[in-house]
Amino acid sequence: MSIFVDETTTVLVQGLTGGQGRFHGLRNRDYGTKVLAGVTPGKGGTDVEGVPIYDTVAEAVGATGATASFVVVPPRFACDAILEAAKAGITFIVCITEGIPAQDEALAYNRLVREFPATRLLGPNCPGIISPGKTNIGITSGDIALAGGPVGIVSRSGTLTYQALHELSQQGIGQTTCVGIGGDPVPGTNFIDCLEAFEADPETRAVMMIGEIGGSEEERAAEFIGSRMTKPVVAYIAGVTAPPGRKMGHAGAIISGSQGTAQAKMEALETAGAVVAANPTEAGEKMVEIVRNLP
Amino acid sequence: MDLFEYQGKQYFARFGIPTSPGGVADTVAQAVEQAELAGYPVVVKAQVKVGGRGKAGGIKLAGDAAKAAQAAEAILGMDIKGHVVRRLWIEHASDIAKEYYASFTLDRPAKLHLGMLSASGGVEIEEVAATNPEAIARLHVNPVDGLDEATARRWVDEAQLDEPARDEAARLLVRLYRCFVEGDCDLAEINPLILTTEGAVHALDAKVTLDENATFRHPEWEELAGGEAEDPREQMAKEKGLNYIGLDGSVGIIANGAGLAMSTLDVVNQVGGSAANFLDIGGGANAAVMSAALEVINSDAKVRSILVNIFGGITRVDDVANGVIEALSRVEIRSPIVLRLDGTNAEAGRALLAPHLSERVLAEPTMLSAARRAVELTR
Repeated sequence: MSIFVDETTTVLVQGLTGGQGRFHGLRNRDYGTKVLAGVTPGKGGTDVEGVPIYDTVAEAVGATGATASFVVVPPRFACDAILEAAKAGITFIVCITEGIPAQDEALAYNRLVREFPATRLLGPNCPGIISPGKTNIGITSGDIALAGGPVGIVSRSGTLTYQALHELSQQGIGQTTCVGIGGDPVPGTNFIDCLEAFEADPETRAVMMIGEIGGSEEERAAEFIGSRMTKPVVAYIAGVTAPPGRKMGHAGAIISGSQGTAQAKMEALETAGAVVAANPTEAGEKMVEIVRNLP
Repeated sequence: MDLFEYQGKQYFARFGIPTSPGGVADTVAQAVEQAELAGYPVVVKAQVKVGGRGKAGGIKLAGDAAKAAQAAEAILGMDIKGHVVRRLWIEHASDIAKEYYASFTLDRPAKLHLGMLSASGGVEIEEVAATNPEAIARLHVNPVDGLDEATARRWVDEAQLDEPARDEAARLLVRLYRCFVEGDCDLAEINPLILTTEGAVHALDAKVTLDENATFRHPEWEELAGGEAEDPREQMAKEKGLNYIGLDGSVGIIANGAGLAMSTLDVVNQVGGSAANFLDIGGGANAAVMSAALEVINSDAKVRSILVNIFGGITRVDDVANGVIEALSRVEIRSPIVLRLDGTNAEAGRALLAPHLSERVLAEPTMLSAARRAVELTR
């Protein structure tokens, strides 16, 4: 099984007529994702390689019954797009947009929680979600993923997500689902949401978690791992050598004061019983060992 | 983007947050001029984006023109934790009855706005938080609801500010919240927020960090940029649109993606080296971006070797390889370069690179082996 999405998930792409939307939306369709519609205001009635475009999400949902949305629109429109999707009844939203103002993100997240509690947002500023062999919503390359499980991956960083997929696939170890939660300050879905889902998923038998400096999500995840998880977790945290007070690319990746250091995160994870690796390659190797010894 | 105190105060003024009358000075003569305008006694304050300037001697009180000139003379050019003072803020010295602390920021775990208010201001809030956490009244504000004056008044009561300060402080906090939200701040902090002997409440300092993602809706931010001498490497990178942070080591780093770039720094460190920089060239790795990256690394005299760590996901490794090859033909690198290209179409990419390899251009199959090789080359 996979978490959050599967081969039956039906998807519309907000921004399918744009350069990025077209590229990734069609790539997702080629992978096997059920991409039923695109939404671009003012372009309703046209199509992108056979995928019909609607002016609004509500119209697209009405016509196609899509339940998930892939949001690929510029930062200033992204939060409105997310809320429009939720209002139209979409229950799973993947937003890859990078550079959304933190105030907009915080407001949109809290409106979702209050007004549309049934909707899950993944991102913003994330690579998306792939359940190898079933569906791919986002910008992850399907080529580097391997179907069949038994590992679930959850990651806060884009390229390190790919690196993790690659390390496992090369060793012949498949993935049930790989979720990129994104590096922004207010992610819609966090580590714990994913760990909880992986713990409940019978096909996932081990989890790889990739974190980075900044915030305290990894520490909270460690608490969850220590108290609630029975499945083995291999963790890697990027940014051991990052200087304090400097944003390392991601808006969320910043050490402020004594908060958010890689060291503190690694210690918390280790204490919680996770296997902590020093680099992505080692994380792959440790996972190989764990999978080999699974009963 | 962090603002200087004077910029923060000007930003506060847009939202009606009261501050002391004062002005900016870059020379001793200007300092005296501003002091005359503000009225003695004045406070002469170093404008640097670093804490602890009071302890370093960067804040001085002056009762007349001669003392103001003396203070300006002493502070201009002073080095405060690596920040050279080039500008002063001169303001009328307030008669302080009490010092408080107030700030708004985002509480990331809670995903809500967090206000912090304390009757013990004037000192580092981290210190108060560590030694006397009850002295800070915390208020979570849901962005959907915002902050109204009644809530702010209850919060002020809870923080036990002195009675004469309470009404005015509540009004000021609502304005500070507006500044935080509408002004797109990551942090809006007043330390100290003071009650004067005349019973007025105003901001004696301003610490404002703006969210650069919101630049598109703040044309007024343009004039706030610069002002402090930046690392010349960082300035060059910024002009080229690169996501670069200068560090002190000898291995120049180029990677795609923030996480992979951070991870590359870590691995270089693990094998006994140290990185000269953080540089994330983003998803694409075409010849133009790669050339720009190599030019910035070239400008760094400390660099002894260059490590390129690219993982091709959507971007195919053969395309990346072509970009690297072209960049190397455009830019003459000063140091040997180690390339680790992996991911989609890695074999085709490596085949393309093979004829271009030399003593100065090396390829390694993994991140770890590439880091080892790059570190060896620095010795």
